[in-house]
This record gives sequence, structure tokens and C-alpha cells, in this order.
Amino acid sequence: MNVAVAKTGNGRAVSDLFASAEGRLPGSPAVIAVRREAFETYERLGLPHRRIEEWKYTDLRALVGEVLPLAAAPDAAALKRAADAVKTQAIDGARKLVLVDGAFAADLSDVKALASEISVKTLRETLATDAGLLKTPSTDAVIALNAAMATDGVVLSIADGTQLSAPIQIIHIATAASASAFTRSQIVVGKGARATIIESFVAAGANAYQVNDAVIISVGDNADVAHIRLMDDAPDAVNITSQFVTVGANVKFNVFNMTTGAAVSRLQGFFTLAGEGSELSVNGVNLLQKTEHGDTTLVVDHAVPNCVSREVFRAVLDDRAHSVFQGRIIVRPDAQKTDGKMMIRALLLSDEAEAYNKPELEIFADDVSCGHGATAGALDDSLLFYLKARGLPEKQAQALLIQAFVGEAIEQIADDGLREHVIGIAERWLERRP
Amino acid sequence: MPAVQETVDRVKRIDVDQYRYGFETLIESDKAPKGLSEDTVKFISAKKNEPAWMLQWRLEAYRRWLTMTEPTWARVDYPKIDFQDLYYYSAPKPKKTINSLDEIDPEILKTYEKLGIPLREVAMLEGVEPKPGEQDPNRRKIAVDAVFDSVSVATTFQAELKKAGVIFMPISEAIREHPELVQKYLGSVVPTSDNFYATLNSAVFSDGSFVYVPPGVRCPMELSTYFRINERNTGQFERTLIIADKGSYVSYLEGCTAPQRDENQLHAAVVELVTHDDAEIKYSTVQNWYPGNSEGKGGIYNFVTKRGDCRGNNSKISWTQVETGSAITWKYPSCILRGDNSRGEFYSIAISNGHQQVDSGTKMIHLGKNTSSRIISKGIAAGKSQNTYRGLVTAHRKATGARNFTACDSLLIGDKCGAHTVPYIEAKNSSATFEHEATTSKISEDVLFYCIQRGLSQEEAVGLVVNGFVKDVLQQLPMEFAVEAQKLISISLEGSVG
Amino acid sequence: MVLLEVKDLQVRVEEREILHGLTLTVNEGEIHAIMGPNGSGKSTLSHVIAGKPGYEVTGGQILFKGDDLLEMKPEERAAKGVFLAFQYPVEIPGVTTMNFLRTALNAQRKARGETELMVPDFLKKVREVSKSLNIPQDMLKRGVNVGFSGGEKKRNEVLQMALFEPSLCILDEMDSGLDIDALRIAADGVNALHSPKRAMVVITHYQRLLNYIVPDIVHVMSKGRVVKSGGKELALELEASGYAQFEDAA
Repeated sequence: MNVAVAKTGNGRAVSDLFASAEGRLPGSPAVIAVRREAFETYERLGLPHRRIEEWKYTDLRALVGEVLPLAAAPDAAALKRAADAVKTQAIDGARKLVLVDGAFAADLSDVKALASEISVKTLRETLATDAGLLKTPSTDAVIALNAAMATDGVVLSIADGTQLSAPIQIIHIATAASASAFTRSQIVVGKGARATIIESFVAAGANAYQVNDAVIISVGDNADVAHIRLMDDAPDAVNITSQFVTVGANVKFNVFNMTTGAAVSRLQGFFTLAGEGSELSVNGVNLLQKTEHGDTTLVVDHAVPNCVSREVFRAVLDDRAHSVFQGRIIVRPDAQKTDGKMMIRALLLSDEAEAYNKPELEIFADDVSCGHGATAGALDDSLLFYLKARGLPEKQAQALLIQAFVGEAIEQIADDGLREHVIGIAERWLERRP
Repeated sequence: MPAVQETVDRVKRIDVDQYRYGFETLIESDKAPKGLSEDTVKFISAKKNEPAWMLQWRLEAYRRWLTMTEPTWARVDYPKIDFQDLYYYSAPKPKKTINSLDEIDPEILKTYEKLGIPLREVAMLEGVEPKPGEQDPNRRKIAVDAVFDSVSVATTFQAELKKAGVIFMPISEAIREHPELVQKYLGSVVPTSDNFYATLNSAVFSDGSFVYVPPGVRCPMELSTYFRINERNTGQFERTLIIADKGSYVSYLEGCTAPQRDENQLHAAVVELVTHDDAEIKYSTVQNWYPGNSEGKGGIYNFVTKRGDCRGNNSKISWTQVETGSAITWKYPSCILRGDNSRGEFYSIAISNGHQQVDSGTKMIHLGKNTSSRIISKGIAAGKSQNTYRGLVTAHRKATGARNFTACDSLLIGDKCGAHTVPYIEAKNSSATFEHEATTSKISEDVLFYCIQRGLSQEEAVGLVVNGFVKDVLQQLPMEFAVEAQKLISISLEGSVG
Repeated sequence: MVLLEVKDLQVRVEEREILHGLTLTVNEGEIHAIMGPNGSGKSTLSHVIAGKPGYEVTGGQILFKGDDLLEMKPEERAAKGVFLAFQYPVEIPGVTTMNFLRTALNAQRKARGETELMVPDFLKKVREVSKSLNIPQDMLKRGVNVGFSGGEKKRNEVLQMALFEPSLCILDEMDSGLDIDALRIAADGVNALHSPKRAMVVITHYQRLLNYIVPDIVHVMSKGRVVKSGGKELALELEASGYAQFEDAA
């Protein structure tokens, strides 16, 4: 039904995207063969559109039109801009790994400090010998495109029992306008290890750029991982991130995503609970304005018994913003005693904002307790009046209620400092509201 | 609650065969040749003495259908249907034109008696004594339209309804007698091009019920249609059209059964409801088509398009369904809330056991201002069945003040079945308020043990708990149906606990 | 000195007129009781004074300290000293009571051109007041009114009254949903706040609240008007003979 669109809106042939980039894509001949195969998959499927069920509400053909050409490797000026951006984005005490326009920037990164505790490599290095990292179990066109085009990324391995002394912050910086960055990273967390990983997406000078990122995370038994994502892209940017997370037994894995930018953004997370006794907590807040379109699509797969999963998401929509939340909880036939809950709420601040929620349950085991809730609506007038009757001006009353609304998701962040950091982002977003 | 005791008794009486409606009636029938072509469509239209416009309407639908492909997005799995291997028309062979019930083939009458459906008005009237304190015995009358395979065989109480101005007749008669009404409304809610099965129905439907309630009239009795598929290899394509004019009210019930057969049979009906200003239609279904045997062989494919259009302001459409039968149930009785302040309701119990598959739910499409909708869905999966709730709630930009409340609860009995929930919730204006909640759980071991300790068998205890689980929805059914539905629920869960 | 003047107030809700020309004058330091049967318009009056949306003032005037109250936004009225103790205080999940109190107090002070209260001073003040009202500290850490009992919610209203120091307190059916003990605690709180500069308007259906908060003047409302005013003995008279005698007067 869906024959590949041979040409994009600008008349560029889709195959040019790969052909023109091929010489710059790292990897052995075997790796290039894997890339070519992935690109053929992408070419066959084309950009996802509304008839693809998973992309029903985020039609990339309509929203994005075409994939921009691969960004050139950053020059000195670009690295200078990136260095300035790192200064504003760096979280106190965190050890940084910086990717600029899809290339690892060693000079801006704290490789030495990190190497004392964990193994740090780049995707580029890994691909010299091994194509394994480009293989992902997915038929998604965007993920296939990422495999074909990924130029770099970080490959981290945290040994069993390691207790990281400081958070790791991976900072993605876009400096090149009208270009795409493709990155792919891997994080392996060993048994009993404890780590906090922060990912930041920001622009340094560029506006209309595209990011296609993939992260593959595996977590060993008894490990404890906090993962914070801060997506604060430029107003005209596109950011599609795919996350694959597999956790072992008795793991605590806590993810929080904050989206405050990008014309079109989508975080698609695929979580597999592969060991018993684990607790997965996936939470997030989308603060969207103007014509921003923010999509969070999650699949939480309970493959084994006795796991708990929790998802708390909030979307605040101003102007003509659109939010999409799709969350599926799968409970496999043997995954008895599963406890899976999801609560998603959208707050519409403007008459022209739109919220699309699609929570799903797919349950094949009987001894489970699963549920989801979804709401959409405006601020409660009676609460607003109560606050005004106590002397708060309209905007302040709204801000207080919005903070409380998003607070229910933000409070899932365990670390005090990071939680305060995220609260600060929300406060600044609210202050910028006219 | 005496009905619970009755359920328990009924379950005890059941032996090997759990499907009590699985007998076949041996009568001669008049069939169209097997397969589907323009000639089949013309044959059906000719059999019904239809006017030319109706044939034209059917042929347009047929030509459209030829260009369409079968939808595959639902969570149901079945071998491809050979549409040329079906009979599209089968009617009990009439000896002559029927003038009264006495002239109906006694075998058919016996069939409906066996099903417990009263076609004889006299018997019906005598059988129902007004209860003490009940002022109006007429309130308990039910007018019945019986559809056997493809045609309506009897419609009761026509005269009395006529007095009130209510038209209740087979749609084949309405096409001849009230062409202006049929032409105005047929296909106005479910267009001929709506979807693969609705388009097929538009081409080949042979009968069904037609109801028109004039302005300001409260229909003096419940209207009801009983559908029976009898003939082998026959698709049943009935078409129901109900119009409630301004300020009127009607409650309509449908029941469905079929004999046990090894092969699958297709049922692709279309139901269209229209309410004008201040009117209300309450539509209840107890669907108990043959579900197939314990190996998953046979059973009805129930692929139905049901949609109501709240065309007028302050109008209301309420769907209540108890789905226990069919090998596959695939339908979404929906409401288009077009009029300001209109209201849609969907109350559903969907029970799947054995190898049954259910993909059902509703669509609430809010277009008018201050429209409201309520969805209560109870899914129960047992045996090796798959049970999916799929629903859409959407408020368009101009539907200011739209409100929806949705509660979807699923219960799993046994570890070989699946229960799934797929809601689509689309808020396109800030004054819309949507609340959705869904849960999936199993019957608490503690509750079962408590009941068993008090002397109930495992099955009785499950029946008791399930009846409690679905109580909110059962309460929406007219009383006569509620008792029947409660029995059905327990029967369909027979053998679900080991 | 005159604090509040309601002159010939006419109010509609949707299409229906609820108040048909209500007049009421409250001076500084006075305690007024407004009594009347359900539907007489008592709560409407309190909502209109506080500026709740949904009411259409079709005629008349409300002056507060000589200024036109109807021209002001609800938050401006609050800053100016109008306090409505709600019959059903809302629950605000996610906003802690402490945060709410501080935000509201400082918003009012800011609107009046006063400096914001520093945290230690604020905390000291909250502790003092909450102690006198028997409000446990952990209640202040919970969401505003979330999970509070009926008595706790009303005490929280009195706590705010004490903190914000308004010049006009309107108590809308403060006794609804309270048992005698809870009522006494709340009423004691209110009495403690009575001062020569502050007026109270106590809206109630029943006389029993007036055993605890003794009014100077009692008004009887019926069908959207004040039909009789008198001293506190009027309340006792109502208790004995009911509202029926006033229905016709309206």
C-alpha cells in the first residue's frame, strides 16, 4: 500500500540522502552492508505517516516532509559555539560527554575523569570492528534510518558493582542549520551498579535542524539507575529519539523526560522487564506552546512475573500546541503478579491546543493488577477562583496550579538536586508565558 | 437477588451442550444462487418488489464494494472469507402471501417458541398479569419483529402501534409503503461507502426492522427484533433504521441466535439511528449467536456497523449491549453528537470464552456544544479467548463544553486468555473535559474462597462475582432482558474455571 | 465608619434573577448575621461580593471603603480586604498549604504596595496562628484541603483569615458539615479575630452558629431581598417560628 516516496517535497531523491553521506559514515565494509540494508528498509517504508498505527497522531510526512541532509562534521567555529552551550547546560558535578552535530567532541568531554570508573568508547570506534550496535529489533522506519545514518555516539559500560561517584551527562548540541544529526549510543549497566545518567538536547546557533537519536540501555540484576532527559531543542527543530531499555531482576530504573522545545518531537521508549522483582518508573512532562507538536510513545513489556511499572505523564498545552501520548502496557502470558499503572493528563490552556491520548493495555496473564487513567481538560475554574479570592492575580494563580499539575510527575525524580533543576525549567517556562 | 439463584440453577441444569439455541429448523427455503454479482443484487431487489431507486442504490453500493478491500486492523484472526461461497438470500418458502400469524410455517413458529420469543399477541397479553400497583399493563407489552434468515416473518402489535402513530414494520415493507421516509434517512448515518461490510450490507441486505416515531410520541411499548440465522452457508445482512422525530422516545431491543454448525457464518448488519430535537432512542442488544464449539470450530462472524446520529438539540442515544455469542464480534456502536446538548451513552458487557474473539467498543464524536457522553464497558475473558475494548472519544474544536466519562474494566478468568484496552482520546478544544479510566484484574481468590466457604461451588461463586462486576451495565437493560442477560452471562462462562 | 454598602443589588444567574434589589450596609467592627431559607440568595450575595464568575449584576452597586467593588477583579478585592470563607473550600492537590499561604499573602501585600514577608517572619506567624486554631503542622505540608475533614477545612479558612487580616470577613454557611466541637473551635477562631476595625458577615441557615458568634444585627433574606433587620433577638424569634412568616413579606 505504502510505496516509498521516491522524491521528497523538495524534489530531492530519497536515495541521495544515503548516497551523498555514504563516504562519511564510519564502519567496516560489513558495517556498511548493514547500513545499506537498513536504508533499504527505510526507503521501502518512507517517513511514517498517519496510516501507520504507531504514528497515527504524528504524521512525519505532514509535519516534517523530508529528512534533511547529514550535517557536516563541526568546524572550529561550531565547536566554539558548542563549548559555550556546554557551559550553560552542564549540570553541577556531572561528567560530560558531548556530541556536536552527531560527532563526539572529545575536547568538550570529561573522558579522563569518567574512564577512571567506567569504560567509555565512541560508536565510531566500535563500528570499526562490529556492526552489532546498528542492529535493533524494530520495523520502525525512523529507527532503520538511524541505523543507516548514525555517525557517532557514546558506548558506555559500567562494570558490576560500580557505584558512580557523579552523574554522567550526555549533551547533544546542534550547531548546523538545515541538517540532520544521527546518533546512536549504548549504555550497559552491570549487576548491582548504581548510576545517574542525564541526556540534554540543545541548540547552539542552529534552529531548523533534525535530530534522530537512538539509545540502547541494558541494566544488570540489582542495579539502580536514574535517567533524566532534558529535550530543549530550538523552536524549529525536529527531535525523534528512540530508546530501548532492557532490565534484569530486582532492578530499579527511573526515567524522567522533560520536553520544552522543538517544532516536532517524539520520544519513543521500548522497555522490557526481563527479570523478576524489578521496578520501572517512566515519567515525564511536556510543556508545549505555539505550534509545537510533542509526542511520547511508550511500550512497557512485562515479559516475566512479579514486576511493577509506573508511568506518570503530564502535558501542558498553550497556543496551538499538540500533544500525543501513547502508552502500552503488555503483560505476557507468564507474567503473573504484574502490577502496571499509568496516569496521563493533559492540560489545555488555549482553545486551539489539542491533546491526543491513547493508553493501552494488552494483557495475557490473569493474576495481574493493571490500570490506566487519562484526562484532558482546562484549568479548574473553581480552583482558579479560590486562589483569586485569596489575592492571587490570574497569571500567578494559573502558574501555581500548573506547577502543581506537572509536580505530580516531577516528584517522581528521586534526586533532590535534579528534581529542583527540573522544577526550575518548568518555572522558567511558566514565566515566559505571556 | 433472586435472579442470581436462577442463574445458579440454570447453570446446574446445563449438560454437555452449553449453547441451548443450537438446534436447526427444517423448512424449505427459497435461496438466491450462491455467490455475489450484480445479478444477486437484482435478484434480491426483485424478490422484495423494490422500486427502481432502491435497486439503483444497491447497485451503486455493490460497485463501490468491488473497489474496497477488507479491513484488517482489528485484533481478530480468521481465515479469509470467500464471498463467492455464500448465499446472500434465503427465505422460508412461502405457500402464499401471509395474512396472519396462522399462515406462518408452524416450524418457524415452533422455533421462536423454543427460543422463548412470543409471537402470538394474545398469548402475550394473557401471559402478563399487571403487578399489584402497576397502573398500566400496556407498559409491559413488547412488540416483536422476527427475522428468520434473511426475511421478516412476523411483526406483532402493528395495529396498536399504528394507533399511536408509530411505524414498526420490516424494512422491506417500509421501502414500499413509506419510500419518502426511507429515502430520506437510509444511508444518512452509515453512508453506503462507510466501510467494507457496511457497503456489502447496502448492496445485499434483505430485511430488518424499520421504526419511525412521530413528533411528541412516547412509543407505548418496547419494540423488539429477534434475529435467527437458520440456513447453512448463509450470510445474514439485516438493516435496521430507527427514527425518533422531535420530542419522541422509543426503546428497542434486539436478540440474536443461530444453530450450531461446523462452518463459520457471516453476519454483517447495519443499524442506523436518528434522533431529532429532544428525542431519545434506547437501543439494547443481547447478542448470542452461536460462538463455535470448544475447539473453536464454527460460529458466527458478527461484523456489524451500528451508529446513531443525535441530529437534534437535546437529543439522546443510548446503546446497551450484552455480547456473549459469536466466534468473532467486531463492532463499535457509536454516537455522533451533532445537536447541542445531545448525549450519547454506551453500556457494554462483552464476555468471551472458548476460542471467541471480541474487538468491540464505541465512538463518541462530539460536534455540538455542551454534548456529553458516558462509556461503561465490562469485558470478561475466559478460556482461550481474546477480548479487546477499542474506543474513540473525540471533541471537535466547536464542541465547546463537551464532556466524557469512560470506565473500562476487564476481568480475566484463567491464564490462557487475553484482555486488551485500546482507547483513543482526542481533545481539540480546551473546554472539553475527558476522564478515562481502565482496570484489569482477576477475581479475587479471597472473595471466591469466602463464597465457597459459605457453600457455593467454584462456578457459582464465579457467576456471583461476575454478575456483581457487570451490575452497572445490566441495570441499563429493560427488566425482561436483564434477567435473560444475567442467565446468559453465567451460561457463557460455563467451564471457564477448572 | 461605613465599610460595605450594597445598594439595590440585582443579580442574574443564566436567565434567572436571584437578587431583586438587595440593600445592606455594614460598618467597621460590626457583626452581621444574614439568615434565610435555602434559595433565598444568601450564598449568591457572598459570591457576588467576592467576584465569583457566572453572576450577572444587572443593577445596583457595591461600595467597599467607598470604592466600586464590582469594577475590581477578585484578587484586587482580596488585596483590598474582602475575605470569603467558603462554604465548600476546594481541594488543590499538589499545592502545599504552606506554599499557598505564602504565595497568597505576598500577592496581597505586593498588590497593596507592601514589602513581601520574609520566610522566618512568615513561618513564625503561621505557627502562632495554627497553634491557636489547633491545626497540626503536618497539615500545612499537605495539599490545600486535600484529605482534610470538614472541620479541618473550615479551620484552614479561619487560619487564612487570621493571616491575611482582611477588614471584611464573609462566612458562608460556616456551620455546614461541622459537629458541635468543630463548630466551637472554628467560632472561637473567628471571635478572636473580631476587632473594632474588622467587620464580619455571618451567613447561616440555622440559629445555632449565632450561639457562638453573637451578631449585632440580624437580617432575614427571602426571595432575593432583605425583608427584615433587627437585633440578635430576631434570630431567636426565627428559631422559634421559622421562615414561613417572611415568605409573604418578600
